Amino acid sequence: MAVCIAVIAKENYPLYIRSIPTENELKFHYTVHTSLDVVDEKISAMGKALVDQRELYLGLLYPTEDYKVYGYVTNSKVKFVMVVDSSNTALRDNEIRSMFRKLHNSYTDVMCNPFYNPGDCIHSRAFDNMVTSMMMQVC
Amino acid sequence: MTRPEMADETLFLLLHNEMVSGLYRAAEHGEGENGRCITKLENMGFRVGQGLIERFTKDTARFKDELDIMKFICKDFWTTVFKKQIDNLRTNHQGIYVLQDNKFRLLTQMSTGKQYLEYAPKYLAFTCGLVRGGLSNLGIKSIVTAEVSAMPACKFQVMIQKM
Repeated sequence: MAVCIAVIAKENYPLYIRSIPTENELKFHYTVHTSLDVVDEKISAMGKALVDQRELYLGLLYPTEDYKVYGYVTNSKVKFVMVVDSSNTALRDNEIRSMFRKLHNSYTDVMCNPFYNPGDCIHSRAFDNMVTSMMMQVC
Repeated sequence: MTRPEMADETLFLLLHNEMVSGLYRAAEHGEGENGRCITKLENMGFRVGQGLIERFTKDTARFKDELDIMKFICKDFWTTVFKKQIDNLRTNHQGIYVLQDNKFRLLTQMSTGKQYLEYAPKYLAFTCGLVRGGLSNLGIKSIVTAEVSAMPACKFQVMIQKM
């Protein structure tokens, strides 16, 4: 179950960020912001180290005492960041991967929506619903 | 399996032709000068290219460099949109790429040779925008122009803007 999901544009500003519970929103904003550095590091390291550079999924970015942060970068340099509760140890790697795939699919749909201008914040309700379903899987 | 493919290819072709003539008809009725039509077509192609590239690169691996991206445009992207690959890709390795298509799908119905040559640029504007939009979404700013010397062969020139 994800606690916070964020979509960051290639210029590193958030296109969409949502977290539950909504009280500590600022803390999640901060967490996502700091994880961007780790994402950039991983992408640039890929170019030189020849380690798994073909994959879009970045894996675990860094763990904190309460949360784990996962990253995924699309070919259009849009980043998806997911913050997951550490206590939820049942969540495996391939489940996270499939959640990112669903995110990517929904993001592609948003992109192809004629009412959406690339670079704007995402207001699509369909996208919202998909994110809600991911955040409330285990309740 | 081939029947549905044929249908959507013709559909796009006919729609594209209508789009071009529709825009020019609207321009004639006083909705702005004629010169803006090519820009409008190119901008349409730009937005479509952005969405298309997002869909096409959803499942592909990450691109290594600029050349990799250009090769993707020439092979997979062109094949998916026009059902054939680019015939020739040339580069000066300094940001200029020339994509040559010897039988451009949007021009084959028009003529083979020099007839209707002066009308060809209108029908290439959308595709120029398509390439520019696709590249822009992949992080490359560029200027795309097209030229035709003998139908239906045409060349698309991509100039990468270094930021």
